[in-house]
Amino acid sequence: MRSSVRFIRRGRIVELSAAEARMTLLDWLRLRDAAVGTKEGCAEGDCGACTVILARMKQGRVVHEPVNACILLAGQADGAEVLTVEDLSPTGAVHHPVQDAMLRLHGSQCGFCTPGIVMSLAAMHQDAPRPVSRQAVCDQLAGNLCRCTGYRPIVEAALEACAAPQPEVPAARGVALTALRDEAAIFAGNDAAFFAAPRREAELFDLLARYPDALVVAGATDAGLWLTKALIAAPRVIWLARVEGLDRIERTRTALSIGATATVADAARELGSLAPDLAEVIRRFGSTQVRASATVGGNIANASPIGDLAPCLIALGATLELAAGNATRTLPLEDFFVAYKKQDRRPGEIVRRISVPLPDVAMQFRAFKITKRMDEDISAVLGAFAFQVDGRRIASARVAFGGMAGIPARARTTEQRLLGLDLDAPPTWPPLLDCLAAEFKPLSDHRASAEYRSLVARNLLHKALLEIAGAPLSSTRIVTHVEAAHAGE
Amino acid sequence: MPANDTELAGNVDDAGRMLDVVAKSHPQDSARLHVTGAATYIDDIREPAGTLHLACGHAPVARGELRGVDLAAVRAAPCVVAVLTAADVPGQNMIAQAFADEPLLAEGRVLFHGQPVFAVVAETREAARRAARLATFDVVQETPILTIDDALAAGTRVLPDYDFVHGDATSALSTAPRTLSSQLMIGGQEHFYLEGMIGMAIPGEGGTMTVYSSTQDPTEVQHITARILGVPEASVMVETRRLGGGFGGKESQACQWAALAALAARATGRPCKMRLDRDDDFAATGKRHDFRADWQVGFDDAGRLLAYDVALNARCGCSVDLSVGVVDRAMFHAGNCYYLPDATIRSRRLKTDTVSNTAFRGFGGPQGILAIERVLDAVAHATGRDPLDVRKDNLFSPGRDVTPYGMKVDDTSVLRDIVDELEATSNYRARRADITAFNAENGILRRGIALAPLQFGISFTLAHMNQAGALVNVYQDGSVLLNHGGTEMGQGLFVKVAQVVAEEFGIPLEAVRPTATSTAMVPNASPTAASAGSDLNGMAARVAAAKIKARMVPVASAHWDVAPESIAFARGRVSSGNKSMTFGELASLARKSQVSLSATGHYKTPGITWDRDKRTGKPFYYFAFGAACAEVKIDTLTGEMKVERVDILHDVGSSLNPAIDIGQIEGGFVQGMGWLTTEELVFDAKGRLATHAPSTYKIPVASDVPADFRVALTNRPNSADTIYRSKGVGEPPLVLATSVFSAITDALHSLRPGAQVPLHAPATPERILMAAESLRS
Ligand SMILES: Cc1cc2nc3c(=O)[nH]c(=O)nc-3n(C[C@H](O)[C@H](O)[C@H](O)COP(=O)(O)OP(=O)(O)OC[C@H]3O[C@@H](n4cnc5c(N)ncnc54)[C@H](O)[C@@H]3O)c2cc1C
Ligand code: FES
Ligand code: FES
Repeated sequence: MRSSVRFIRRGRIVELSAAEARMTLLDWLRLRDAAVGTKEGCAEGDCGACTVILARMKQGRVVHEPVNACILLAGQADGAEVLTVEDLSPTGAVHHPVQDAMLRLHGSQCGFCTPGIVMSLAAMHQDAPRPVSRQAVCDQLAGNLCRCTGYRPIVEAALEACAAPQPEVPAARGVALTALRDEAAIFAGNDAAFFAAPRREAELFDLLARYPDALVVAGATDAGLWLTKALIAAPRVIWLARVEGLDRIERTRTALSIGATATVADAARELGSLAPDLAEVIRRFGSTQVRASATVGGNIANASPIGDLAPCLIALGATLELAAGNATRTLPLEDFFVAYKKQDRRPGEIVRRISVPLPDVAMQFRAFKITKRMDEDISAVLGAFAFQVDGRRIASARVAFGGMAGIPARARTTEQRLLGLDLDAPPTWPPLLDCLAAEFKPLSDHRASAEYRSLVARNLLHKALLEIAGAPLSSTRIVTHVEAAHAGE
Repeated sequence: MPANDTELAGNVDDAGRMLDVVAKSHPQDSARLHVTGAATYIDDIREPAGTLHLACGHAPVARGELRGVDLAAVRAAPCVVAVLTAADVPGQNMIAQAFADEPLLAEGRVLFHGQPVFAVVAETREAARRAARLATFDVVQETPILTIDDALAAGTRVLPDYDFVHGDATSALSTAPRTLSSQLMIGGQEHFYLEGMIGMAIPGEGGTMTVYSSTQDPTEVQHITARILGVPEASVMVETRRLGGGFGGKESQACQWAALAALAARATGRPCKMRLDRDDDFAATGKRHDFRADWQVGFDDAGRLLAYDVALNARCGCSVDLSVGVVDRAMFHAGNCYYLPDATIRSRRLKTDTVSNTAFRGFGGPQGILAIERVLDAVAHATGRDPLDVRKDNLFSPGRDVTPYGMKVDDTSVLRDIVDELEATSNYRARRADITAFNAENGILRRGIALAPLQFGISFTLAHMNQAGALVNVYQDGSVLLNHGGTEMGQGLFVKVAQVVAEEFGIPLEAVRPTATSTAMVPNASPTAASAGSDLNGMAARVAAAKIKARMVPVASAHWDVAPESIAFARGRVSSGNKSMTFGELASLARKSQVSLSATGHYKTPGITWDRDKRTGKPFYYFAFGAACAEVKIDTLTGEMKVERVDILHDVGSSLNPAIDIGQIEGGFVQGMGWLTTEELVFDAKGRLATHAPSTYKIPVASDVPADFRVALTNRPNSADTIYRSKGVGEPPLVLATSVFSAITDALHSLRPGAQVPLHAPATPERILMAAESLRS
């Protein structure tokens, strides 16, 4: 058992008390470490001004992930090296290739977004396989807002800096991170106020039983905002990410199984391999920073009606494994969602893993994420469709939507009526499309009106059918996978 | 056309002398500090020991009588040092400039949802924020007036209606061969400067106060703070080194937060800092005015405009703030670059129970222009002509060159040339044909293209604001300190003015150090706004530098015993014939000769004669011109939209700094594109802003900017005598984004040729889809 959080900062091991571990990493850097190069622009993970790099050992190599320090608890940096803009040019002179290119190409105006942008790009410069495409740069920057430049010089600076070969990771970094590694559970603080990071599931269940009111966080991309915006009091924090095995991603002959604490970034490749549209949804899920922290389990467990993974995975027929103590149960993912913000989850129970059957070759999957802004935006509607086609007729259908009800939900009536649909007879489709529109009673809010949501849901089914019937993507989508595919991946 | 070229060769001054420092692409003055994270914004200043932090308690309703607030729990909260209300203001509880209609802290009535009612002062910011939520409000809630429609129905105004009447539009409309009329809703816009509002105040001896404020108008902060504290303005010193973005949002609106910090510093005797949380910043600070333009147009069968009658209904919010100038500028720009033989431009400045709308890059101009651009599209659709042809036929031309406010446009050829050149370089005609063919296939996806011209008046329309001051000090080593009333918010003002001073002294740019804007160094400055920052401050600084140079010349001429006219300043040296010394050596010699090496400069723009009451005179020193061609693709099943390509040709006169100017053009354009596409302000039925943070309010990200984005400068000298014949560039490029809105309109129009396109701004996916639906039905 370890009684403090530890990470590497400027070549030294820093130990945090429970109170410090519960601060946001941004506050810790600015208020305790006097590292004021990192800025706060929103304190909710959307602007990227607070971007810092966490360097960690993953599968034997050092990875550099940009994260939003504003909604990350300092304790979540445990085991990592925390790199900030100051670390790129320790002497004060401009010397990192990204900084140099940003300077030469006039990539800053007011400069307030710049440190965060430099850190996002520095992470890419270090870790991205070459060549780096414009699309990859835009994806990397989806979570960095700049209000001044219009981005053109920033994107060019990124491309120019990343035209050079990928640099070696400083050997000392790997050595230091390996040396920092331990197998201990963390419990910093006392009964009344603590930051705990259990190492085994049994320890986790003990903590959950003993402190039922504790705030449980995985990536804190949702929970972080409860702290910075809702100002909830959270003296007791349990962090899931150190629980061994809970982040494991496995592929069997029949299913892909993803541990709850696997980050969206780490699960992206395997999930994306199931269907190109799932890869596309994940590409547009939050930002690089958000995906680096956000967990797959958290996206399900938070019970949001607008989470992106749930409708996709429901359409794919996923099952959810819940665990409490020794008790484990498995249920179809859609059954987990009971009503708005209400799930079939018992006290002390956690989301352990999610299992997605591998689609067979005859399966046609389509998913569309509809947002006000194309990148880094929460869905107004997400429609996911999994069809089996027999000849030119639909043999089976699973249709799920986010944003259309208080929970991610299947369109069961429509699914029934889809059976036998003739893909070659579009004039026969409208009654079916109307049926879908009638199946949901969505809400109006600041993202979209109920009217728009209903219409779009109907049109998405229409579009999915057109595509499955053979329409080329270039005639149905303004952004196709081809454009979005990253060079070098 | 070179893509986004940043080098222009061969610029010369009026005397034909090659320029060394001006007209070159130097980086923004702090670029090195930006990229290394070493640039100090106010929140980065090392806090003096004992610094306290503020957070406001905000009104929970939009309208009502404020009977009282129970602050007991707030006061009892941990780490709270003081709680301030209107009763604690020693001077006037007022942040309004001229109209005395908006208090620092609410008193008696609630004016809008989120209005600051009290301020908590605590040992930490977190403690202040937590405590601020513990108050209980006693408010008698009333039904708020929120929208333009509400205000029109209730007849509420912050100012009287005001019109320009040019000719007789009513009878011209009645005799015109064809007429159209409709309404256009134009959304507001949140500034979303990346650095939120912040002020820090440090109390000094004898009732003095030093204030650090992220403001575009330190003089106004000084004025308001002194009035609130009840002290002379000389007792308040305001300093602004840099802003993390302003865009007009920190012109009048920055005062409140600096003044609150100063009030708290006065009350506690300790340094105090007020930094708003982003959500509070959204709720409590003003935005771009949203408008409803009710228009009628008369035209002939060829699409030539004969008469225009437009009512610009502007939602001003709860107070006047800058709405005089903002809505006036919308009126001045209601005709854009088009000749309107008979026109009536009406304005209604509507009062609503919402946050007071304020300056935003373009200052009303963009709204006025968007309305007439919609009219041009509608006329083109009605006549079946290409919208570009209709636009070109209506441009000002000799003899058809008087605006509805009576000002003659002299340079009509500049814009015509820009439009012709852009038409060619953007390959408009071939792309138009291609798009027409694409849309003829009746697919789900539709493409659209538009080329939009722009004419933007430069100068403050409030004539006396067209002035600036500067202070230049030369030290004995030849280094130069530069100070002026303009603030640096990312637009590159500091480097441009430093270039001017370096050019004047013939020294390298590095020898000139721009310093923080300070009311103690240069008093009574105008806000940095109206695209006039470099015009005004550049001139003032040149005047100051020229004064010093004129004092140095006799020193050199006496020293060498040569004629003063023979002395030249260039490349860091002063020379006459074969005699030469460094600029520093001359400075040192001047000091020994008891010559002052410090001077102030003052400049006022000549010839601004606008008389608002009489509606006569000249409101602008000159116009900036430009044009943009945008191409988009829309999805008519979802309303999603992608901008595929943008070409811009813009007029900055002779550029002071091409890289900086291109940055302004690109950044302004993208900001305008956001305003017209994804940036949507949604107020709920209670008047609460539902899009109160970047999670729900979506400004453009990198992928929204087309990969094919070509920007070029005309580099044609300003005919007005501005600093090195340059032109202001801060605001005009934002308006070029009307091309995106028109291109979307064009794509939608393909669904039902000849119909009016019922698209309103911002063109969100929802708006685009609903417009498509209505055209299809
Ligand atoms: C800027 C931004 C953009 C975003 N964009 C998107 C988007 O495009 N699409 C989208 O779907 N979401 C988006 N989100 C939301 C968020 O990233 C996801 O919901 C994320 O997956 C949550 O995971 P987390 O690990 O961060 O959860 P946390 O914040 O750590 O936890 C959220 C909740 O789930 C509980 N929880 C977490 N893991 C478990 C578990 N294993 N068992 C039981 N309970 C658990 C926690 O106790 C907490 O109550 C965005 C968020 C931000 C800040
Ligand atoms: S401060 Fe905006 S993302 Fe962190
Ligand atoms: S440079 Fe100002 S926000 Fe990017």
